[in-house]
Amino acid sequence: MALLSYRDALNQALHEEFARDDKVILLGEEVAQYQGAFKVSAGLLQKFGEKRVIDTPISEAGFVGMAIGAACLGIKPIAEVMTFNFAILALDQMINNAAKMLSMSGGQLSVPLVLRGPGGAAHQLASQHSQALESQYAMIPGLKVVLPATPADAKGLLKSAIRDPNPVVFIEGEALYPTKGEVPDGEYVIPIGKADIKRAGKDVTLIAWSRMTLVTLEAARLLEAEGIDAEVVDLRTVRPVDREAILTSVRKTNRAVVIEEAWPWATVGASIVDLIQREAFDDLDAPVLKLNGVDAPMPYAKNLEHAMLPNPDAIAVAAKKVLYR
Amino acid sequence: MPHSKETQLELLERMLLLRRFEERAGQQYGLGKIGGFCHLYIGQEAVAVGALTALRKDDHALSGYREHGHALARGTDPGAVMAELFGKSNGTTLGKGGSMHIFDSERGFHGGYGIVGGQIPLGAGMAWATKLKGQDSVTVCFFGDAAINQGVWHEVANMAELWGLPVIFVCENNKYGMGTEVSRAAAVPDVYKRASAYDMHGEKVDGMDVLAVRDAMDRLVLRARTTMKPALLEAACYRYRGHSMADPATYRTKEELEEYKKKDPIERLKTSMTAAGQLDEAAVKALEAKIKAQVDAAVKFAEGGTAPELHERFTHVYAGIEQYQGEGLKLDDFIDPHHVHIPTGKAPPTAGEA
Ligand SMILES: Cc1ncc(C[n+]2csc(CCOP(=O)(O)OP(=O)(O)O)c2C)c(N)n1
Ligand SMILES: [Mg+2]
Repeated sequence: MALLSYRDALNQALHEEFARDDKVILLGEEVAQYQGAFKVSAGLLQKFGEKRVIDTPISEAGFVGMAIGAACLGIKPIAEVMTFNFAILALDQMINNAAKMLSMSGGQLSVPLVLRGPGGAAHQLASQHSQALESQYAMIPGLKVVLPATPADAKGLLKSAIRDPNPVVFIEGEALYPTKGEVPDGEYVIPIGKADIKRAGKDVTLIAWSRMTLVTLEAARLLEAEGIDAEVVDLRTVRPVDREAILTSVRKTNRAVVIEEAWPWATVGASIVDLIQREAFDDLDAPVLKLNGVDAPMPYAKNLEHAMLPNPDAIAVAAKKVLYR
Repeated sequence: MPHSKETQLELLERMLLLRRFEERAGQQYGLGKIGGFCHLYIGQEAVAVGALTALRKDDHALSGYREHGHALARGTDPGAVMAELFGKSNGTTLGKGGSMHIFDSERGFHGGYGIVGGQIPLGAGMAWATKLKGQDSVTVCFFGDAAINQGVWHEVANMAELWGLPVIFVCENNKYGMGTEVSRAAAVPDVYKRASAYDMHGEKVDGMDVLAVRDAMDRLVLRARTTMKPALLEAACYRYRGHSMADPATYRTKEELEEYKKKDPIERLKTSMTAAGQLDEAAVKALEAKIKAQVDAAVKFAEGGTAPELHERFTHVYAGIEQYQGEGLKLDDFIDPHHVHIPTGKAPPTAGEA
């Protein structure tokens, strides 16, 4: 165990997987000489050389598509987007090519690719740079979508993502890079599709992922002070989703709130609510609530930005609402 | 073409305004008055000023995220730009856009865009609109040396030439896209040559020489206005500061920076005007004092502004809807947005930069 930042945990996973499999390459803007815009790829160029750590031009559709092509012929590319706001430029390649390849080739070609980079709001970056876009990918069969919240999860899940024979969309929390936590040394792999109970509780189930997990844990502390024992389920993967973990928790607490950073309409959160009401209807003591960011583009001004996203207080109020308190 | 003393003085004054404004913005960022990304334009003043003073009022311009200078060169009030950087309701976009999204459409400046290359099709589309409307306006679209590597450039260059659109693409080649030197990202580092793939007119100008930029733009604007033809102008220039406030710019040498500072566009014009007897020390002093007062006033204006009202979160989401109601549960039903905790002072250190 070592106390590492989220950034350094990801960096460790990259170093280990590069050493483990020489088919693994990393390409993206500023990943090599600059050591990554967020320094996640620090040291990789020096250690593994420019054949495997490649600075690309600002050509997202092009280099992500090329990574998909290379993956078809047995390379294991990790394509880094500087942020997921820019991955939108390569969305066609991900949806039309990466996600469909195995199916449309009748099983002849597969795409062992990781598309990774930071997502979500950071600090005053305004509308084009503050978006939680995981639902765009989560609706696509053929893709896996992972969003770790803690340094240990970041490491364990990135290692799994790199080894996975499918295209994995790996969205890191832009605001999470400096956060710290204990991270197991060496071989530490977390299976994709497994949720994690970040706090056990009996009164209400709070379901979140990525940065919202941390905000929700904060809310659980507020609730604890009021004598409410919340269970925090960190999904970690939003496709495939861990149905069992969600349903087991809801069957125990009989109440649930889903918290997501994204806008409220047509999202992963909506699908979770659909799952719960269908599979655990008889166990519910209250309608499931889904708390989201405000349904509007993110403004720049600090006071507006802080009133756009779920915070611990709002989550606590939502939890109390399903407890009729 | 020799320019009159008045024109040269105007160019000098504009460039000085851009320089002093940006220096102050950098300082205010350090004080925590400005948040997010802040990409300073210092060093590149000759490009925006030379290019945009060649336009008429009814022409159009747009740029990327390093656009404070383009707005100022187009005539946007420095106070409104500074207020926007401060996130105040008296800013250019009411505090909604911030540094990367300065808009002043009334003065024909249609924005700052944060997605690299995203403004390239918009610029051609605006030129298309004025042509469709039977106007003889010209659109100038600025972007960086790295932005031209986006696929969208190729699509749009093709259509602009094919359809005859009065757009001038000004590629500000400051040698780097973030930390990547042009020759590491471009198979054809001579950016202007890329026009030839579409039979478009392309040329290169010394972007550290405001008179040269102005001359080139006077010609290209007239050409676009009269022939409805696009062009690509590569302006070779240099940014003195890092890519954004978080970038220490260790990928380039001090010597390289000093080399370019010797060619400083402001000093260069001062020197040539002085040699021609059109400028003396007293005039420079007076000009500096005037600009300083303007920038002081801009900061004062920004400081005097109020934070946007919370209902502004719901304005301008849809045209025709004054206060958008939003889909789904309303966050405000779970917490009074007036009592949300807002940390004061500097934002936590940016994890990185983009
Ligand atoms: C599509 C996209 N990819 C990446 C980024 C991150 N980014 C912002 S500016 C920049 C460098 C752009 O360089 P250039 O076009 O030369 O303009 P300059 O910053 O030099 O003015 C990068 C990579 C972005 N904003 N949008
Ligand atoms: Mg550049």
